[in-house]
Amino acid sequence: MDSSQLFGITMIAYLLSSAFYLALFIFRNSTPGFIGMLLAAAGLLIQTVGIGLRWYESYQIGIGHAPLTNMYESLVFFSWCTALFYLAMELKYKTRVIGAFVMPFAFIALAYASFSDRINDQISPLIPALQSNWLIAHVVTCFIGYGAFAVAGSLGMIYLLKKSAGDKPAQEGLFSSLPELKIIDDLTHKTIIFGFMWLSAGIITGAIWANEAWGTYWSWDPKETWSIITWFVYALTLHARFTRGWSGTRIAWLAIIGFVAVFFTYFGVNFLLSGLHSYGSS
Amino acid sequence: MTKTSKNPLLAFFSSVQLALFLLFLMAGTSIIGTIIPQNAPPGRYLEQYGAKMARFMELLNLTDMYNSRWFLLLLLLFALNLIVCSLERIPQVIKIIKRDNLDTSADRLEKMGLRARVTLPGGAQEGEAHIRKVFQQQGWKPQQRQQKDGTLFFAEKGAWTRFGVYIVHLSILIVLLGALIGSSTVAKKLLRDPSFAFKGSVMIPESRQSEVIYAFKSGTPIELGFGVRCDYFTIEYYPNGMPKTYLSKVTVVEDGAEVLSTDIKVNSPLTYKGITFYQSSYQPYQDYVVTLQKGAAELQTSSIIPHSQQQQWSEAGITYGIINRENRGEVTRRVKVWLSDGQGEPSIFWVNLGQEALVERPSGSYTFQAKQLYATGLQVTKDPGVWLVYGGCILMLIGLYVAFFMSHRKLFAMLRSDGSSATILFAGSANKNKVGFEKKFEDLAGTNR
Ligand code: HEM
Repeated sequence: MDSSQLFGITMIAYLLSSAFYLALFIFRNSTPGFIGMLLAAAGLLIQTVGIGLRWYESYQIGIGHAPLTNMYESLVFFSWCTALFYLAMELKYKTRVIGAFVMPFAFIALAYASFSDRINDQISPLIPALQSNWLIAHVVTCFIGYGAFAVAGSLGMIYLLKKSAGDKPAQEGLFSSLPELKIIDDLTHKTIIFGFMWLSAGIITGAIWANEAWGTYWSWDPKETWSIITWFVYALTLHARFTRGWSGTRIAWLAIIGFVAVFFTYFGVNFLLSGLHSYGSS
Repeated sequence: MTKTSKNPLLAFFSSVQLALFLLFLMAGTSIIGTIIPQNAPPGRYLEQYGAKMARFMELLNLTDMYNSRWFLLLLLLFALNLIVCSLERIPQVIKIIKRDNLDTSADRLEKMGLRARVTLPGGAQEGEAHIRKVFQQQGWKPQQRQQKDGTLFFAEKGAWTRFGVYIVHLSILIVLLGALIGSSTVAKKLLRDPSFAFKGSVMIPESRQSEVIYAFKSGTPIELGFGVRCDYFTIEYYPNGMPKTYLSKVTVVEDGAEVLSTDIKVNSPLTYKGITFYQSSYQPYQDYVVTLQKGAAELQTSSIIPHSQQQQWSEAGITYGIINRENRGEVTRRVKVWLSDGQGEPSIFWVNLGQEALVERPSGSYTFQAKQLYATGLQVTKDPGVWLVYGGCILMLIGLYVAFFMSHRKLFAMLRSDGSSATILFAGSANKNKVGFEKKFEDLAGTNR
């Protein structure tokens, strides 16, 4: 059994989990929801083992390093963070239906990592610039943030869906199984706050690393620039809420726009633009 | 919040709308510079975008937009906005913190979000004992004051956390200030002292020393005030041919004395007297550092030689030379050596660079070792603002934590007694994380049974 097989199993678990959560959403029957949660938790566990195993494998072939150093590994880690963040949220706030909108992200990230021919899943040795503990701190902090923002973006979508279905009387319509608008709004806000902390830490650790490796903590390379654009978007969102009292639809849209910015920082820059962080294109 | 007479300029800079607008503008305009390549040679823009568009981009500084006046102006406005807005609000926060809470009336307590009423048998003394016990169990130290309807007890926690926001705002200003202090442009144009802060580079061939480095872009030489000698440069490879390590051994020489010797690698630079040297490039020469040794170190020589040129080692009576080599790009992997002591056939052999070859000759045994001659390319930076930037970053994380996850909590208890029973009205408030405080409040008031 090697790590990529474990990730394959995880992928199937996340796919099934998404399907069961979806069944909970559509049929409002709590059994599939529970199964969906179990599948997500099992997937997370297997994925955790997989990440550990991949780490171990890298030592076995003599180029040991944390599995956080190329596009494949970062996608696996993104999927892990999203699933972990979502499950923690479900545990704390008892909002099971939301899994129908979040677990597909965890699944898609893994499926894309495994099946896209743009992505190389080999464990490769680290070029000198990547041999730094700051790299690990940087990737971990960024991706916890990204996982939270993926959840916030989903919450934004859920909000808009539910809102567009109108405030029909309860127990009617497809969206009535979703939490109340006010609760979704509140969760979106809390998730963005959490993500903003980690994104800030991610940008900071990245800057320190850049300074250690290249002698410049900030060089406006496209990836850095997009990360600060993302940070601006969320800072704007937070201030609009704290000081202008924005909530509901407008925050939902900002949560979605923010996630689009995250997505572009993560993928768009690697595939469409060029810069220091070009390892993603391999 | 709008006061009657306010300076319109101040009003403008203290508004949060301006902050939202600037954040939007900075996010939006920053995108441009990620699409248009920055600081490329002018010809490239002509080619890619046509003459008209290229002129337009030149006009708006879009080819170096993050250093353009208009972008720096945006940052400046943002900083001003931040300063004015925060300064205007801080006095209000201080007022809230200093407020005399023991002056709160029973009516106000009745309007607070969290309330609980407890009735106890006994008089005022039993009531007070109960309140003190409740507060102290949770580690709150109450103050008290006699009011007209009863005795008010009050305690609070985390009042200072109301400053969390301003810690974050201050941290941003500190980071910007650090960036300003570390800017080579500021050093050159404002302070007229390019050696205060700079970014540049230098190529030092092995065994040579340099006392100057060359500023980026302008190429102006900048004196270091000491010398840096490159003793040795090497590249290690992984088995698959990818580079594993770029390493320079360097020695700092000051006033003719060797001060320190160390290794510089990617991700582990050398800092000396505020100047940091980073491994950033290298240049292989088509010359070789050859070390020859006779027997067990009876005689030894080391010299830098080009290829295809006969060399003499007269002490040992030897002639030798590198007659061929195998290169990958400019990097030599192995060399073919010709060596003769004038007796019999000369020895001709291949040897990998960095490895020793033992040559048996009629006149004795010789050890031959060759290494390619390199120059190491160091990026050299002096950034006196970097510690402010780092400090600001740490402060920002602390501030974010305080602003988001800590709150100012207040707990009141109004005690009234009519001799045979005591009524206590508990009331509480928190400026954030209200749900969390609600649980705590129930514990405190003893109503969560
Ligand atoms: C990107 C830069 C900025 C960051 C990261 C930032 C961060 C924050 C944070 C974390 C809060 C805390 C909200 C809370 O929990 O109460 C906050 C509040 C606030 N910020 Fe900013 N801020 C930034 C720029 C600005 C600017 C330029 C202004 C100028 C008007 C501003 C005005 C405010 C105001 C008025 C509040 C509300 C304070 C209150 O609660 O009374 N911020 N900011």
